[in-house]
Amino acid sequence: MTDIQYLAPTTLDEAIRAYAAADGTGHILAGGTDLLVQTQAGMVQPGLIVDIKNITDVTGIERAADGGFIVGAAVAGAALEKHTDFATAWPGVLEGLNLIGSTQIQGRASLGGNLCNGSPAADSVPALVAAGAILSVQGPDGRREIAVEDVPAGPGKTNLKPGEIAVSFAFPPRTKGASDAYLRMIPRTEMDIAVVGCGVNLTIEGGVCTAARVGLGAVAPTVLLVEKAANALIDSKLDDDAITAAAAACSAACNPIDDKRGTVEYRTRVAGVLLKRVVGIAAERAQA
Amino acid sequence: MAKLHISTTINGEPEEFLCAPNETMLDVLRNRLGLTGAKEGCGSGDCGACSITLDGTLVCSCLMLAAEAEDKEISTIEGMADGETLHPLQQKFLEEAALQCGICTPGMLVAAKALLDENPDPTETEVRFWLAGNLCRCTGYDKIIRAVMDTAAEMRGATK
Repeated sequence: MTDIQYLAPTTLDEAIRAYAAADGTGHILAGGTDLLVQTQAGMVQPGLIVDIKNITDVTGIERAADGGFIVGAAVAGAALEKHTDFATAWPGVLEGLNLIGSTQIQGRASLGGNLCNGSPAADSVPALVAAGAILSVQGPDGRREIAVEDVPAGPGKTNLKPGEIAVSFAFPPRTKGASDAYLRMIPRTEMDIAVVGCGVNLTIEGGVCTAARVGLGAVAPTVLLVEKAANALIDSKLDDDAITAAAAACSAACNPIDDKRGTVEYRTRVAGVLLKRVVGIAAERAQA
Repeated sequence: MAKLHISTTINGEPEEFLCAPNETMLDVLRNRLGLTGAKEGCGSGDCGACSITLDGTLVCSCLMLAAEAEDKEISTIEGMADGETLHPLQQKFLEEAALQCGICTPGMLVAAKALLDENPDPTETEVRFWLAGNLCRCTGYDKIIRAVMDTAAEMRGATK
């Protein structure tokens, strides 16, 4: 049996040094809800496990100077849910994160883990994409920022460079008349993997949609930012024509797989249906 | 493999143990500390039979490394009763026969206690959602949900 090492550093620099020195055999442990399952199934064989939860940069929830939120990559769903200001500002992001697994899983599962696990069906990612969240990563070459939609590279793969660790997400400041929502389609009522997931973030001023972002999950090798759908909504009064055009753009963006949860045709159609429903929820919240 | 020396608190008592770096908290509880209340059902976070609390947060001990327990507070089913006096949830599970084979029961009780600690007056829907990660193949759940609701009502009455 290979020797496994466990480290729980208290600073990012220490974590990055150890992770880089592990030469590709290192794995980052945040909530462990993917890593431990994958390790026990023999899918990954870590030489080094770097537990990042003793590092305040990745476990804090703070207000940025511009009024936006900075959420540590390892903040658990149960902890973020209790942050009432964040919950008011980004209900859709929380909906996505809190849909992942059971109460027990919520005690550990994090936004950073969900993103870096690289599943196309990751529930929190479409809402993060719609939110325009920016991931801050740090590695041996220093700190850099990546838009969340640019992080996934394919199933189980990310565009993080070797040795880079997800540190925190920056959410833009909220303006009046803005809100978000996330819905997913699953064959059962709870605790399943999304057949389609859709996140929408809207700003509505004087009845007109002035800004929109749409994230779509489980319909392509990566979660998608669907700009054509957003463009169909922007400058409209969110009338039927605009929403139908946005739904068609979502269906057109789909490049899904056939599997036991849904066929290509089904996923493609449901992507449009979900868009309509999610726009309705986000618009209602934005104008509340 | 080099063992790690971990100092933690379990059910309010300081505890020290040696563990392998990849050993789960569940394995340490059961195999090294003799705390066999937490059960291994699935080993992948699906069934909730290994539920414990970590600094007050409900987690699956099968999805936690034992090394993560350093300087933390762990609570298990063994710490739920006060000596010979059962916790109201335990008492109610007995009175209302909210168990059959009993494998899921420690996890159900630990999870239900975590809910009532946070929300003493949950709706039935809230109880069902909270316990959705605790699988039971015997009872059909209704008796469990009823026992938790009745315990909550009783505990609220007792504190008034």
